[in-house]
Amino acid sequence: MSTRLATGGRFLDRNQPRVFTFNGTDLSGFAGDTLASALLANGRSMVGRSFKYHRPRGIVASGAEEPNALVNLGQGAAFEPNQRATTTEIFAGLKAESQNHWPSLEFDIGALNNLVSRFLPAGFYYKTFIHPRAAWKHVFEPIIRHSAGLGRAPKERDADRYEHFYHFTDVLVIGGGVAGLQAARAAAADGGRVLLIEQSAQWGGRAPVDGGQIDGKDPEVWINDALEELEKAPNVTIRRRTMGSGVYDHGYVLGYERIADHTPGDTRPRHRLWRIRAARVITATGAIERPLSFAGNDIPGVMLASAMRDYVVNYAVSPGDRTVVVTNNDDAYRTAIALKNAGLDVPVILDARPQAEGDLPRAARDLGIRIETGRAIARVKGRKSVTGVAICAQAGEGAVLEEIACDAVAMSGGWSPVVHLWSHCGGKLIWDEAGAFFRPDPDRAPISHDGQPFVATAGAASGQMTLAETLKDADSAGKVASRALGLAAGRKGAPKASQPQEGPITPVWMMPQGAGPALRQKMWLDYQNDVKVSDVQLAAREGYESVEHTKRYTTLGMATDQGKLSNINGLAVLSGALQNDIPAVGTTTFRPPYTPISMGAIAGEARGDIFQPIRRTPIHDWHDDNGAEWEPVGQWRRPYTYRRAGESTHDAVMREVKNTRQHLGLLDASTLGKIIVKGPDAGRFLDMIYTNMMSTLKPGRCRYGLMCSENGFLIDDGVVARIDDDTFLCHTTTGGAERIHGHMEEWLQTEWWDWKVYTANITEQLAQIAVVGPNARKILEALGGMDVSADALPFMAWADGQIGGFDARIYRISFSGELSYEVAVPASQGRALWDRLIETGQEFGVMPYGTEALHIMRAEKGFIMIGDETDGTVIPQDLGLNWAISKKKDDYLGKRAQARSHMTDPDRWKLVGLETTDGSVLPDGAYARGSGTNENGQKTVIGRVTSTYYSPTLDKGIAMGLVLNGPDRMGEVINFPALDGSATPARIVSPVFYDPEGEKQNV
Amino acid sequence: MSDATSALNGAAYHGYVEVQEAGLRGMITLRGDLASVDIKNVATGLGGVDFPAQGHCNWVEDRGIAWMSPDEVLVMVPHSEVPAALETARNVLSGQHHLAVDVSDARAVFVLRGAGLREVLAKLAPVDMSPEAFPAGHFRRTRLAQVPAAFWLGEDDSAQVICFRSVAQYVFDILSHAARPGGEVGLYR
Repeated sequence: MSTRLATGGRFLDRNQPRVFTFNGTDLSGFAGDTLASALLANGRSMVGRSFKYHRPRGIVASGAEEPNALVNLGQGAAFEPNQRATTTEIFAGLKAESQNHWPSLEFDIGALNNLVSRFLPAGFYYKTFIHPRAAWKHVFEPIIRHSAGLGRAPKERDADRYEHFYHFTDVLVIGGGVAGLQAARAAAADGGRVLLIEQSAQWGGRAPVDGGQIDGKDPEVWINDALEELEKAPNVTIRRRTMGSGVYDHGYVLGYERIADHTPGDTRPRHRLWRIRAARVITATGAIERPLSFAGNDIPGVMLASAMRDYVVNYAVSPGDRTVVVTNNDDAYRTAIALKNAGLDVPVILDARPQAEGDLPRAARDLGIRIETGRAIARVKGRKSVTGVAICAQAGEGAVLEEIACDAVAMSGGWSPVVHLWSHCGGKLIWDEAGAFFRPDPDRAPISHDGQPFVATAGAASGQMTLAETLKDADSAGKVASRALGLAAGRKGAPKASQPQEGPITPVWMMPQGAGPALRQKMWLDYQNDVKVSDVQLAAREGYESVEHTKRYTTLGMATDQGKLSNINGLAVLSGALQNDIPAVGTTTFRPPYTPISMGAIAGEARGDIFQPIRRTPIHDWHDDNGAEWEPVGQWRRPYTYRRAGESTHDAVMREVKNTRQHLGLLDASTLGKIIVKGPDAGRFLDMIYTNMMSTLKPGRCRYGLMCSENGFLIDDGVVARIDDDTFLCHTTTGGAERIHGHMEEWLQTEWWDWKVYTANITEQLAQIAVVGPNARKILEALGGMDVSADALPFMAWADGQIGGFDARIYRISFSGELSYEVAVPASQGRALWDRLIETGQEFGVMPYGTEALHIMRAEKGFIMIGDETDGTVIPQDLGLNWAISKKKDDYLGKRAQARSHMTDPDRWKLVGLETTDGSVLPDGAYARGSGTNENGQKTVIGRVTSTYYSPTLDKGIAMGLVLNGPDRMGEVINFPALDGSATPARIVSPVFYDPEGEKQNV
Repeated sequence: MSDATSALNGAAYHGYVEVQEAGLRGMITLRGDLASVDIKNVATGLGGVDFPAQGHCNWVEDRGIAWMSPDEVLVMVPHSEVPAALETARNVLSGQHHLAVDVSDARAVFVLRGAGLREVLAKLAPVDMSPEAFPAGHFRRTRLAQVPAAFWLGEDDSAQVICFRSVAQYVFDILSHAARPGGEVGLYR
């Protein structure tokens, strides 16, 4: 059983005990512990259940590669599932629960899957749940979905806050081990800006645990000296708890800073996502040890050899009283030595190699440790914890030679450089025969915009596995980066390092090498997703030759650890089964993030009230205070209607329409786009932009115009006012202001760059209020200051002046068919004008109206709405707007396109009014049936509804629609089927339902 | 005209950086040939500062000129002076192709104060906010989180941020969020 050692622990502060809770039990650790080390210190080696078979799972690693020790962390609004215990720093009050079991970690019903595991091989789901077809949706999928997933989904809104941070640097160094520290020193020596980030809370990486000497110093001393130097350098920024998450094109890198995971509630943001632009990136990401594939290698108590000495040295945790070490390399002997030095028993080191003669095996022998070469583990004994190992010959089939009692097993299958960040942006790998790993190929680095490599690796990440080589490589990487930026690299040489000499590794992908099916079914590759050697071999037999296909078929490496431990072992087994070389099989693709990052960090500040910008008019608060039901129009919020107490939304809209038609309505039209177009060529320019002739418009007058894309389709409409000879003001739709301004600028900057025209989008400069209804003139006259009579300000004219003391421009335009003025004032005066109009308007029956009343009134008049009658496929001719298309002009945007055969096809659907025979309201978007079927066997359709409303003015449903040969079929009745099988008959009529002569607006 | 109000009426947030809406500010978009003497004279005459180099803003008290694009500057004057300023521009530039238009009320202005303002801006704008890369007087049209914005820094640990009026509340909220105590990054000091 694991326990805390009486002394030692580099990271621990024994004066600061920390009480935390695991599965409801209070446990104690120290400041500096991770949750994993604290659990081990409390004898908790079993911490979870696997995904498929619900096998007991123990802590196997000490860092980001951990596949097993995932917990539900926190409670309520601070709850988060699948948190890695090995990278979770403990704090007082931490609450963790193990995952994927019911009813408890110790007794789990789901473990029944384990008993029938031989019936649940790779691809089980694909093979089993195919028939009967209906069962998938109703039976299998719900059951699988229920059993899927490890942790619980959070139920409450996240209480924490998150933010982004943009950072620019010459050199980014990822990884704060000795390689990263040296690379940063070398890169910073000549003044380049350097950012050094380290994912954990401690600098220095593995070197202090693994030993050796740097520049004649203990590694820990050297690390502290290097840190001190970097901290003092003004051109260097260093951050702990910040992981290099992903490397993207052109030196864009995401860094994931876990600011307050270990200090919850201290007012700091929980996570910060660094959005880094680096001219050069150095990944000093180290290496990850590989497990060995022997039967029972997943039983709690079996641990990576390096992790085991991390726990002993860094956290003063004994993984067990008696630990068997099994290895194919010299490095694992360090664990045996560390355990022995800590006063723990190592009954045997099983070395799969025929001989072990390096410095480290010799040192182990000198300590009196028994070493058995050519030996392997036949199987590990125990269920929820290790009780012993059965030993066999590595060369054989697993015949047991000896059994040794132990409570822990340290395994080492060699090391794999962490190549993830190198590979994210296209860095290629080569297979290193001597080291038995894939390492970055420096000749095929990720390339930036200038054709130059922008990522380099340093240290173990390059495949340099000794301290001396690591430091040399890192120093060179730093200097190369500095030189690439045009800086003279420092002249100082790399630090000199010494370490025990290591003998060569012998690759071992299965233990023993001749293991039969029974053993192979108990050799775990992917601990989290329960993928075994036998599953990968089955996939190969079933024809899965591509490593990417095998991955998806077996789910190897698809768990939350993304195969950090299983990837290389799995593809080695696959290559063995395919009788192919490992490099020929290749790796799966490495994709960001390196380890999962929080959704909160990705969203940054964009949540709650600031999830999205909301655009507010100067009158927004009045609407809000007066019952506005909001309608989003782009990012604007416009009042849909103003509901009074006890009133339904429908009734409110009806009231607003009637009141406007009978008395006086006010509309906040501030959101409508307003673009100034000025210059000697402004008229010529607008003649191209609009289908109408605008150059003939007289100053002081307005004209309604249509804009088309160069493909002929209607993109926007609005009223143009000519301000003076050189200046026009173009109104656009609410959603169109930015888009149309961009459209104009694009044509001016790319095609008509020599035309003398300037534009400016002044939409937000003005608050604009539509004063509408029979009493519109009366209220403006009551305000006083401008002559708004029919003679002074006729229909489609505008005038500047002071009305009621406001600096105003009044347009006599109407989108409702009533007498109507739109009064524009500077936005800073908008609210005051609105308040004055409401106050003054009381005697004239004033009521504000919203967008729905606006829509109904325009539909009653047969006015089109961009986005209702148009959808990007409609041309003005479809809408009967030929009167707005100038015949005199040589050209306008869309003219050529509108002459093409499809556009002039007489069978294009055209705009008509639709009136139901029973007065009901047609469903929006409904299609009209024709007779027969089309070439696809579908029922023929002959038209569709584009706008449909209940008209309180006419007291019946009215609609507009696009109908085949519509204008030629006035009076005909066509049918609009509903989903329930019924059909609504509607008569084709003129789209102008109300005041076709325009007598109301022209008074 | 009385009753003119800015978007947020001078709202303020006291975080580790002070965020304050600056109230109404007169702004004129001036487009034309920036090499023209008349354009320069109008801009400097109204803005009361030297004509800015590309990517710069010159600013003294409540007047200034910001370089917006190769054919556009933003001339800043006290809000009440805008009509007269436009009249001046019209008179001086009558013979030449230009555009001078009042955009004062289309905008909201925020002033940030405090040693941490560079990093507060760096949380929202994809701009290198290090003192070497973005010294006082540099002017940047960029975005703050999801909306367009522009800003420049003064010599005195202050920054001026301009955004559109309709999103003034949003910009105030994101600046305040970024300036919340506890969010100090510790860079650019």
